[in-house]
Amino acid sequence: MARIDLVDLAHSYGGNLAPPESFALKPVTMTWRQGGAYALLGPSGCGKTTLLNLISGIVTPSRGKILFDGADITPLSTQKRNIAQVFQFPVIYDTMTVGQNLAFPLKNRGVPKTEIDARVADIAKLLDLTPWLERKATRLTADAKQKISLGRGLVRSDVAAVLFDEPLTVIDPELKWQLRSKLKALHRELDLTMIYVTHDQTEALTFADTVVVMHDGRVVQSGTPAELFDKPAHTFVGYFIGSPGMNIVPAEVRGREARIDGHTIRLDRNYDGLPPGAKIEIGVRPEFVDVAAPGSGLLSATIERIDDLGRVRFARVRVGDAKFAARVPPGFSASGNEAGLRFDPSRVHVYADSLLVEGK
Amino acid sequence: MDKTVNQKAWFLVLPVFLIVAFSAILPLMTVVNYSMQDTFGNNQFFWNGVGWFKELLDPTTDLGGRFLASLGRNLFFSAVILAIEVPLGIVVALSMPREGWRVAACLVIMALPLLIPWNVVGTIWQIFGRPDIGLMGYALNSIGINYNYVSNEFDAWATVIVMDVWHWTSLVALLCYAGLKSIPDAYYQAAQIDGASRWAVFTAIQLPKMNRVLLIAVLLRFMDSFMIYTEPFVVTGGGPGNSTTFVSIELVKIALGQFDLGKAAALSLVYNLIILIVCWIFYTVMTNAGAERAPEKGVA
Repeated sequence: MARIDLVDLAHSYGGNLAPPESFALKPVTMTWRQGGAYALLGPSGCGKTTLLNLISGIVTPSRGKILFDGADITPLSTQKRNIAQVFQFPVIYDTMTVGQNLAFPLKNRGVPKTEIDARVADIAKLLDLTPWLERKATRLTADAKQKISLGRGLVRSDVAAVLFDEPLTVIDPELKWQLRSKLKALHRELDLTMIYVTHDQTEALTFADTVVVMHDGRVVQSGTPAELFDKPAHTFVGYFIGSPGMNIVPAEVRGREARIDGHTIRLDRNYDGLPPGAKIEIGVRPEFVDVAAPGSGLLSATIERIDDLGRVRFARVRVGDAKFAARVPPGFSASGNEAGLRFDPSRVHVYADSLLVEGK
Repeated sequence: MDKTVNQKAWFLVLPVFLIVAFSAILPLMTVVNYSMQDTFGNNQFFWNGVGWFKELLDPTTDLGGRFLASLGRNLFFSAVILAIEVPLGIVVALSMPREGWRVAACLVIMALPLLIPWNVVGTIWQIFGRPDIGLMGYALNSIGINYNYVSNEFDAWATVIVMDVWHWTSLVALLCYAGLKSIPDAYYQAAQIDGASRWAVFTAIQLPKMNRVLLIAVLLRFMDSFMIYTEPFVVTGGGPGNSTTFVSIELVKIALGQFDLGKAAALSLVYNLIILIVCWIFYTVMTNAGAERAPEKGVA
């Protein structure tokens, strides 16, 4: 168990001399606190698996350091790092029984037999694998195999962190939910640092108390699910998290006003002194834009279609060239295609070159 | 369910039936026919019933003695080359590079012996081993090892075995290499994380993942070595004495040397039967190994 610090960590598969823009992981400095449940969220190819493999030692960083509880472990091999990792596809040792699979990491480290048996029994109980201990592991289903992979990580009492690399990819949807709750319960019970890589926002937001969003090799925001939802630090976070994602449209912003398509929207904060020449956009989540009957003071829009998501309806509308998603209030029925949009000013954020600008 | 009656379909099956009849069934039945008769000159045949088969399985008769002795030699030969080629092939596959231009280079070099025709392989080793002009034979003799495959049984066996190992180990290695390549990286990474030693990685991951290709390799090598004819015939001609006379060589001697069609037919039928049985055993083992892979439903 350990706190993990990344100090100016970066990696390029082309080596340290590759141009900075081609780095799979751009320099990052951050701290993973002991006992935290983290999710690394981002689209395919954003560098999240690279970051995970750097922490586990499968990949050696081009530059920077990794500290476990303050001690530099960058040059150490995977074996010496006390890391457990669960991979996308379950890894089990075909010729062994479930019990032998669980005992394998301890056997390799020369742990006495009695201790191995006790640990294996504990972990099997924790993961509900006890009835299958004597069975051949090859004969089990994917989710049971994935539990065995996880169990092999947990069986060592000294693991610093458990890393998950999209572990639920091959699991049936109904079992995904079960396994995820199991992980959550294990996290509470064992006080382990867990880092969970995924491209599925639901998985990330339900599992983690801190979600780290990555985009194009960079960590763009790290925060609680609520923070990511309420105050995306980067337009990518706004767009990637939430369903539908945040509306992001180019606008002219001056003081407490934003102008879109000739229409003025009031802002809660003052945005004087935006960097000159920057690309200015405003972002607002569809949940905080209401569709209303057209009227003065409202941004006029054309409704293209309305999606009924069951609990809530979202309208896809067009304002000039920009596309918007907006909430359809209960009881509203559109007459014709024309509608007005009503914004919640406190929820409208301003972005300069994709980065959030704090108003005053 | 009612099916449309369409007798025209028979015409579509007919060509296949004719081809199989001409190429397989009729020749086989001829052999069965011969195996029940004794031949003399002028194409005279006399009915002998199962006489030849009885003799074949009775070591006290000339035919049975020759057959069982050559069968024993053949089985011993197969056992020896399997015991050498399978472990050696695994070691070669494990030490082959996993990526880069070296893979291509290795594959080409390994494929070379497989592409050489059998009789050329035999000729190469026949000359290579000659004490007077062959590089190996001459070198061995000049360092004081009295090596002569023409007169010494052990030398003849050693030559035939080394030749087979040289010729066919690459096949086993290539099959194993294919098996190794199909193991996902995650297995090696997981083994690293689990602190597995090199030996543990081999026994826990690589060997189990290779077991299917190994079975195929063993089957192919057993079959080939059990039918082996050309190479030992070219190198030793079955000698010295009868020491390297395998079943196929014995068969050709009886059929074409002595022109004993009845004995030869009986022998080839038994030979064929042995191969069929071995094939069936391997097939059963392989399908069982495959069935073990499929996950059981409703577990966990």
